[in-house]
Amino acid sequence: MGNPMTDQAYTPEKQAPTDGRAGKKPDIIRVEGMHKWYGDFHVLKDLNLTVAQGERIVICGPSGSGKSTFIRCINRLEEHQQGKIIVDDVELTDDVRQIDSVRREVGMVFQQFNLFPHLTVLENCCLSPIWVRKTPRKEAEATAMEYLERVKIPDQANKYPSQLSGGQQQRVAIARALCMKPRIMLFDEPTSALDPEMIKEVLDVMIELAGSGMTMLCVTHEMGFAKTVADRVIFMAGGEIVEQAPPHEFFSNPKEPRTQKFLEQILQH
Amino acid sequence: MTEPTMKAPRKAVRPVKWMRENLFSGWFNTVLTLGVAYLLVTSVGPLLNWFFLDANFVGSDPSACTGAGACWVFINQRLNFFIYGFYPDELQWRVNVMFLLLAVAFVPQFIERFPGRKWLGIFGIFGLPVVGYFLIPGGSFGLEAVESSKWGGLMLTLVLAYIGIIASLPIGILLALGRRSEMPIIRGISVVFIEVWRAVPLITVLFMASVMLPLFLPEGVNIEKLARALIGITLWQSAYMAEVVRGGLQAIPRGQYEAASALGLGYWRRMGLVILPQALKMVIPGIVNTFIALFKDTTLVLIIGLLDVLGTVQSTVSDPTWQNVATEGYVFVAFCFWVFCFGISRYSQKLERKLDTGHKT
Repeated sequence: MGNPMTDQAYTPEKQAPTDGRAGKKPDIIRVEGMHKWYGDFHVLKDLNLTVAQGERIVICGPSGSGKSTFIRCINRLEEHQQGKIIVDDVELTDDVRQIDSVRREVGMVFQQFNLFPHLTVLENCCLSPIWVRKTPRKEAEATAMEYLERVKIPDQANKYPSQLSGGQQQRVAIARALCMKPRIMLFDEPTSALDPEMIKEVLDVMIELAGSGMTMLCVTHEMGFAKTVADRVIFMAGGEIVEQAPPHEFFSNPKEPRTQKFLEQILQH
Repeated sequence: MTEPTMKAPRKAVRPVKWMRENLFSGWFNTVLTLGVAYLLVTSVGPLLNWFFLDANFVGSDPSACTGAGACWVFINQRLNFFIYGFYPDELQWRVNVMFLLLAVAFVPQFIERFPGRKWLGIFGIFGLPVVGYFLIPGGSFGLEAVESSKWGGLMLTLVLAYIGIIASLPIGILLALGRRSEMPIIRGISVVFIEVWRAVPLITVLFMASVMLPLFLPEGVNIEKLARALIGITLWQSAYMAEVVRGGLQAIPRGQYEAASALGLGYWRRMGLVILPQALKMVIPGIVNTFIALFKDTTLVLIIGLLDVLGTVQSTVSDPTWQNVATEGYVFVAFCFWVFCFGISRYSQKLERKLDTGHKT
């Protein structure tokens, strides 16, 4: 698998994207009629979504709307019970090898960073390339340094996560995910656990990444980020996709009453 | 910044002031201090007398013990038996080689800058049992065979404890992982194994191993008593170890499992590279506690007729040629155990500090 930014060899899908964008880029994620239950609780209800390669999607919605659960289904951290999820032409089933092959192509950044505290920043970044991609150590370290430079903390490479600030840890987490050279990046509320003065440094890295053509799905409450970066904003409530639209349309002219109410609540204060 | 960096105020401690504040503040503390001081003065003197001043160190038979204190001549005279049991004198160099290797592998672990320390430790864990397997029983490479029934004393204690410790940790880790497995069969087997072994006293395990196990083995298959005891001790110990390790596994936040999964690491790499290094580090005190308990529990093999260091002393103090030497014998045994257990404990504290990389995320 090559660099996602230069990878042109992707076979185009026959089916056009459903969001009305011109079908110039192939789909990389397809979710069809997906349902999920926690016991008897119906968390996700009949979700349908197609994401084109290079598309940047922001998912927002009130807490408990299932948005985190949804993106966690895309790399099978959560299991769905009905419907289909196809990522990079691989369908997610119980087959562990398929799951692992999807996870190699999908990077994820968590709200709580989840860096490995017993490893240095550099070791955190090299772990998976070395053990999963079988990259030689030297090469993995060089790549890791490259990405650490991109997130602007190459000088912290030999420190342990506990010695870094929250913002720095989250940038390491982004670099760690990028070291696997994924085709898709998932962000699960990446700035929610940060002190206010650190949010910007993380968002800057994400904006830079968006500019590089990475396919991104972000669950976030940063509406400014959504406006600048997103190709499409998806609003979820009660386990359903209520509305999706390009950001200018989404923010200036929301159609659904639930979306209007949500936007009123988060934009007024 | 307007202010130059300020230093925290130093707290001066003067002995007289310290004593007045801590030992003689109020009548109650004063009485306690004086009482404890009296006890110390009256007990330390006699103890010193017994251990050293009135004790006899040199001689070759009971008549040398003329003083009122300890008769260390006894320990001196029977030391060979306490250390090697019935291991033939002319072959004891083999045991000595093992003692030496044990020291070479582990003493450097206490010296921070010792070159090749790590490799010596790895040799100690993986190489030493192999060398011991050939050297102590003999019977190959032209070494004369020494039946395990002749082994005894400190050497037997170390063999039991060392193999018990080294074998029970990996088995315990596997059982702990098994108990948390998503596969019902593996989880079931692990739970049953742990709960059965952990609920049985070690004495019972040893009796079963020495008396009952041979009844179940097919005709002609004969496992030595020592090997049976070792298997029993190891399995029993691994059940305990499993629960200690499981405690560590449960303390690792779910995010660590998820982050490792999201990076595409498979189950064994997830466990081996991310979860276990953190979990084991967290339960070092528990693991070491279990090791120390095992080290001392090896004395129970006495009841199936194996003479460990306590067994050798026990059988000698009832020897009519030496009278009234039981105290000396047991003090010696206590000292032997203390040296090793304290060593293990100190090493674990060092390890804990060394592996500490700060708080969890």
